[in-house]
Amino acid sequence: MSTSTVPRRVQGVTPSNRSGPMRESLISRGAAMLIMGVFTLYFLIPIYWLLVSSTKSVGQFTTTAPLGFTPDAIPNFAANIGRLFSYNDGIFPKWIVNSVLYAGAGAFLGTVIAGMCGYALAKYTFRGREAVFNVVLSGVLVPATALALPLFLIFSEIELTNTFWAVFFPSVVSPFGVYLARIYASSSVPDELLEAARLDGSGELRTFFTVAVRLMAPALVTIFLFQFVAIWNNFFLPLIMLRDQTLFPVTLGLYAWNSSIGQNPELRSFVIIGALVSIVPLIIAFLSLQRFWSGGLAAGSVK
Amino acid sequence: MTTTSPPTGIAEGRRLPRRRSGIDHRAAIAIFVGPFAVLYLLFYVIPIGYAVYQSLQTVERDGTFGEARQVFGGLVQYAAVFQNGEFWASVLRVLLFGVVQVPIMLGLALLFALLLDSPLLRGKKFFRLAFFAPYAVPGVIAAIMWGFLYSPSLSPFSAVTGSVAFLGADLVLWSIANIVTWVFVGYNMLIIYSALLAIPTEIYEAAKLDGANNWQVAWQVKIPLVTPAIILTAVFSIIGTLQLLAEPQTLRSFSTAINSTFTPNLAVYTTASVPNYSLAAAISVVLALATFVLSFVFLKVTQKRAFA
Repeated sequence: MSTSTVPRRVQGVTPSNRSGPMRESLISRGAAMLIMGVFTLYFLIPIYWLLVSSTKSVGQFTTTAPLGFTPDAIPNFAANIGRLFSYNDGIFPKWIVNSVLYAGAGAFLGTVIAGMCGYALAKYTFRGREAVFNVVLSGVLVPATALALPLFLIFSEIELTNTFWAVFFPSVVSPFGVYLARIYASSSVPDELLEAARLDGSGELRTFFTVAVRLMAPALVTIFLFQFVAIWNNFFLPLIMLRDQTLFPVTLGLYAWNSSIGQNPELRSFVIIGALVSIVPLIIAFLSLQRFWSGGLAAGSVK
Repeated sequence: MTTTSPPTGIAEGRRLPRRRSGIDHRAAIAIFVGPFAVLYLLFYVIPIGYAVYQSLQTVERDGTFGEARQVFGGLVQYAAVFQNGEFWASVLRVLLFGVVQVPIMLGLALLFALLLDSPLLRGKKFFRLAFFAPYAVPGVIAAIMWGFLYSPSLSPFSAVTGSVAFLGADLVLWSIANIVTWVFVGYNMLIIYSALLAIPTEIYEAAKLDGANNWQVAWQVKIPLVTPAIILTAVFSIIGTLQLLAEPQTLRSFSTAINSTFTPNLAVYTTASVPNYSLAAAISVVLALATFVLSFVFLKVTQKRAFA
């Protein structure tokens, strides 16, 4: 098990096939690049198609080449975005805001709570610690979708279905976050440092929020990102909880539009443009934060 | 942070004898663990308990038009679940899906991770990001996109989709498998790749000195060392397969071949919409137990094989 934070190996140290026969090495290089090239197309063409389709007017969608930009792509795109954001009293931007609140605030709160719990399980010895950890671990094996109906039953008992909180609070709980935080804290926060902080008179909470949080940063960013994605992608819970369209997250909203294309074909272009708009924030978040989460992922997987 | 409780004697022995540390620790532990424990209790434990309770209820009427009352029904709902042919058909469907899709997805993820870790590739950073990008696409959105791409008339590949019915009854399960694979290969690739990066270089150098080629290093050194990561991804994939919902539910507006009980979770949703909460709760409980048992058994079996 690795204890370093971000495992890096110097590329090129691995003695390559300099000694091997040159021809064989060329063939394997070519084959490797070919495989990766073909699959790059497989992974990116659907997203590229979505981008191209978002730059077309309703008429162009069926009449122009599906994978080629038209000359008026940029003005079309702007017009499409404008129509999307104003349609039905601006319901789409409302959905985006809802998703950002559910996923952003939920993942932030969830990360803090899971980080604290994982840290305590790693750094303090107390009675029942292993029992607590095992209960949390079994929670990892209970998928979110399996909880949707039970949560709905509980919330309808207290008549809180169809509210913001019915989707928000259940999403905050992340057993996997606690697991990852514990693994990471036990390998990256040295006991000696905590002792030193105590000798300096720092309280336990202050030590956590000033010293430990910094050392656990890669794991915390990872927990935040993956919980953000989990909430952003969550479908069953809002589907079963919410009736009021103004409370929908963007995925549920687009699902609802997509399901009624049959009665209202105008919605088709909104669904396509909306799909593009809703995935852009996630792709940007992942690309800009990838330095952090690739290190955090390693910690979880080498256990 | 003051509290009247005495210092605990169970904290680690080599702690320095600080004045307040024992007291502080107990309070601190409560503050650290408390919020998660409360939320976990409220939104995991109690709902599961309530679902079990609800699944033991049944509706009773006095005569045909009498008032409906909920009464304790014992295992009546579970008997109904086990006699429900549609539910078992949906379970068999996702099991078939999992047996085919999970090995293909993880095989591809492992292949890509090994290639990224080999000296054969140029532009590794690009490939890593390109392959991972679909993970940022929610299941609903991925299903909408592929729904258009599969469509006979709207697809950019209508030459193919016009003659092959990707959304017909024969192929639709595998069309969904393709969507799930598209979304998750890159994610699983990254988990395995991270595990590969954590292997110390000296191990490879030793193998190379012994005359092993890249192929042998991959098979005999790398794959055995990343087996725990592969097991982790396999468990999450098995769980995900049994819970399949967003993709088939979304594709229903593109395909008539997906019925309202296509997957177990769709059956839960359909039953709850009737509404028949007790039966839906019983299906949920059976499904959660099945998921738990299957991933647990898989962990046990693979651990035995990996560490025997």
